[in-house]
Amino acid sequence: MTSYNEAFKDIPGTVVFDATQSRLGYHLNMFCMSLMKADNRAAFKADERAYLARFPMTEAQRDAVLARDYNRMIALGGNIYFLAKIGASDGFSFQNLASKMTGVAEEDYRAMMIAGGRPAQGNRSRTDPAR
Amino acid sequence: MARITAGVTTSHVPAIGAALDLGKTADPYWQPVFKGYEFSKRWIAEHMPDVVVLVYNDHASAFSLELIPTFAIGCADSFAPADEGWGPRPVPVVQGHPELAWHIAQSTILDEFDMTIVNRMDVDHGLTVPLSLMFGQPAAWPCRVIPLAVNVVQYPPPTGNRCYNLGHAIRKAVESYPEDLKVMVWGTGGMSHQLQGPRAGLINREFDTAFLDGLTSDPEGLARIPHVDYVREAGSEGIELVMWLIMRGALSRNAREIHRFYHVPASNTAVGHLILENPP
Repeated sequence: MTSYNEAFKDIPGTVVFDATQSRLGYHLNMFCMSLMKADNRAAFKADERAYLARFPMTEAQRDAVLARDYNRMIALGGNIYFLAKIGASDGFSFQNLASKMTGVAEEDYRAMMIAGGRPAQGNRSRTDPAR
Repeated sequence: MARITAGVTTSHVPAIGAALDLGKTADPYWQPVFKGYEFSKRWIAEHMPDVVVLVYNDHASAFSLELIPTFAIGCADSFAPADEGWGPRPVPVVQGHPELAWHIAQSTILDEFDMTIVNRMDVDHGLTVPLSLMFGQPAAWPCRVIPLAVNVVQYPPPTGNRCYNLGHAIRKAVESYPEDLKVMVWGTGGMSHQLQGPRAGLINREFDTAFLDGLTSDPEGLARIPHVDYVREAGSEGIELVMWLIMRGALSRNAREIHRFYHVPASNTAVGHLILENPP
């Protein structure tokens, strides 16, 4: 089982949502889940910090949500399908979130996708970056 | 007796649903995507199934982290479109086929696939976008739909081989159902895409093309692909492709590809679409 989980860690820029991440991020992800209800979205928008206090998350997780730092949220156990609900509540497209996570302007990210996306070549392995 | 007539695979990108719902199908960005389904819409109108077993994954809509079934079959009379954070899609309520769904549940469980039976479930873009791509924007969906949700969010998802074998069990179940029904199995999700982190935007046309080819000619080979290879080659969300193997396993070994479409991009994703027909 260790080797199953370890094998993914060689893939750059990627966090696999395994048991460790799921346990770490349970309350962060369940906060995101709550944003599927319009009333909860309104309450979150009205006072984000107060709304986040309803969930037993870590301060680091709350700060990452307030900063809309998606890579940090993922590192702290967030799963992208759950985190996308924050983006949706903010009125942003998935491409907008992707541009934030990849650190490029949304137009540049969109242009990269139109040009065929990020190539697999050179993005397969941390230990063998040329692969 | 019921029989499986054909299989369809398609990506289920949420932005495709939004483009349809907002009337953007003629935009230069979206026009090539929808063009790839024109043949499919004509084809399905001529070969209308009574029931579609629609294999998809829930994206933290019906299932949160409270309950994570690996395979869940919808046995309800109907399934409402889910509110995914921006209100439910304005699409018809999905009408189920409880009798066939329960029959498939019983048959596959006795065949040692531990299905979760779901009597109440909202369905998200994973299920409704494929319906929109194949049927357009009707006032009511033209056939019954049995949702079959597969966990590909929480690791580990089922192996490709398990999915392929579940397809075999679904075929056996359908073919033992006494009513004379035309049934299709659709496998959705994919193709290459990564939505998370600094590697977001990964697309792998070579992997996708080989997968499209192999689905007809070498499904057993595809069924052996380990999870790590999907993530490495097709991006973290490319793992959804295991669901295509359920469709493939439900068809005859000598099923024939009659339509193929591949386009990059729809938002962050490589769109892939196949129609496979069983021999008559």
